[in-house]
Amino acid sequence: MTAQPRPTGPRNPDGRSGAWAVIRAVAGKDLRVAGRTRDTLLATAFFAGLVLMVLGLALSGSVRTPDQGAALAAGAIWTALALAAAVGAQRAFAQEQEAGALEQLLLYPGPHGALYLGKLLGVLPPLLLVAAFTVPAGLILFGAAEAATAAGRAVPWAALALTTVLGILGFAAGTTFYGSVTVSLRAREALLPALAFPILVPAVIATVKATALLLTDGWSAEVGTWLTFLAAFDLGTVILATLLFPFAAES
Amino acid sequence: MKRDLTTTLLGGATLVTLLIAVGLGLSAPLDINQGSLVRLMFVHVPSAWLSYLAYGGTGLFGLLYLIRRQRRWDRLAMASAEIGLLFTVVTIVGGMLWAKPTWGTYWVWDARLTTTALSIVVYGGYLLIRSLIDDPDRRARVSAVVGIVGTLYVPVNYMAVEWWRGVHQTQTLKLLDGIRWDAAPVYLPTLFISLGAFTLLYALLLRVRGVMAAREEAREERELMNELGAAQPRAEVARG
Repeated sequence: MTAQPRPTGPRNPDGRSGAWAVIRAVAGKDLRVAGRTRDTLLATAFFAGLVLMVLGLALSGSVRTPDQGAALAAGAIWTALALAAAVGAQRAFAQEQEAGALEQLLLYPGPHGALYLGKLLGVLPPLLLVAAFTVPAGLILFGAAEAATAAGRAVPWAALALTTVLGILGFAAGTTFYGSVTVSLRAREALLPALAFPILVPAVIATVKATALLLTDGWSAEVGTWLTFLAAFDLGTVILATLLFPFAAES
Repeated sequence: MKRDLTTTLLGGATLVTLLIAVGLGLSAPLDINQGSLVRLMFVHVPSAWLSYLAYGGTGLFGLLYLIRRQRRWDRLAMASAEIGLLFTVVTIVGGMLWAKPTWGTYWVWDARLTTTALSIVVYGGYLLIRSLIDDPDRRARVSAVVGIVGTLYVPVNYMAVEWWRGVHQTQTLKLLDGIRWDAAPVYLPTLFISLGAFTLLYALLLRVRGVMAAREEAREERELMNELGAAQPRAEVARG
C-alpha cells in the first residue's frame, strides 16, 4: 500500500488552491486505495456487524416494550459505529506509517491542516458505507423497525440518514485526529480508543438520543435540538483538529 | 539550597484562607432542608472549581508551549493535569457523600456525574500518553495538543446540568444571562472565601509540582549526560 500522491500536485503551495489540491489529492488517493484493496472497509464492516451481533445476543432478550427496543437499537447501532470509526480511522495514518510514507506526506508542500481534511474525507465514505448497512441491520435485529410500522408510523429514514451523516462526521473527525496523534506511539491500537472516546461522548449521547427519539415519536423539536448540537460538535471538532493537526503531525 | 520566599508566602496565605473558610463553614447556620449537609457545598463546589481551573491551566500552558516552545510550560501543563485529576476525585467523593443522604444513592448516571467521571479518562489518557513518549520535545508537543482538546470538557461539564436535565441541580451561582445567586444569601461569603482558598491552593500546588518536575528533569538530563559522556560524544535521544 503505497502513499504516493498524484504526480500533478498542488501548483501553488501557499494559496487556497494549494490547500484544495492537497485535500483532493490525499482524499482521492485514500479512496482509490480503499476501493482497490477493500481490506479496511471489510474489516470495519465486519467489526461493526460483530458488535451488533454480540449486543443483540446479550441484550435483545431484555426488550419488553417498543420504546425499550428503540433505545436499545439506538445504543447498539452507535456503539458499533463508534468502535468501527476507531478501527477505520486508525488505518488512515497507520497505513502511511507502515509504508514509510508519512514523512514524505508531511514534507509535501501545502498547509498541514489540508492533509488532515484530506485524510478525513478519505475516511468518511467507507464509514458512511458501513453505517448505511449497520443502521438498518440494527433496527431489524432489535425489532425497532417493526415496532414503528406496527404502530402505524413509517420509519423516518430521511431524518435517520441525516443523524447518521452528522454522527459519522463527528466520530470520523475525532478518531482521525487522534489517529494522527497516536500513529507513531507504542500501543497505538489500544491508545486511540482510550483517547478519542471520552472526547466523542457528547456526540455519542446526541446520536443515541436523536435516533431513539426518531424511532419512538418521529421528528420533533427535541430531535432538532440534538441534531443542532451534533452539527455544532462536528464543526467545532473539525475546526479545532484542523488547527491543531500541524502541531500533532510535525516531526 | 536557595530559600524560596514566594512558595512560603503562598503556602502561608493558602493555609490562612483555608482556616478562615473552615471556621466560617463550621459556623454557618444549618440549612432548613439539608441541615448540616449544606456545609459540603463549601468543599464540593470549590474542589470542582479547582479541577476546572487546573484543566483550563493544562490547556492554557499547552497552548503557551506550542507558541513559545519553552519546556517550563509543558511542566506546568503536566502539573496542572495531575492537580485536576486529584481534585476531580475529591469532587466525586465529596459529591457521592452528599448524594447518599439527599438523593438516596451514591451514584446515578446523570449527565453531570458522567461527564465528571469522563474527565478522569480524558486526563488519565493525557498522563498515559505522556508516559509513552520518551523524547521530551515530542512528548511536550503531543501532550499539549491532547491537553488543548481536553479543555473542551470544561464547558461541556459546566453546561451538562442545563443541556441534559438530570438529578444534579443546576448552577447555584448563575454566571450566564446575568449573575444570580440561588441559595440563602448567608452562604455566599463563605463559599467565596472557600473558592478563594482553593484558588490559592491551586497556585501553591502548581508551583510546588512545577519546581519538582523541573528538578526531576534536571536530574534526568544530568544522568543522561553522564552516561553519554562516557560512551558517546553526541547525544542521541531515543524516539518513542
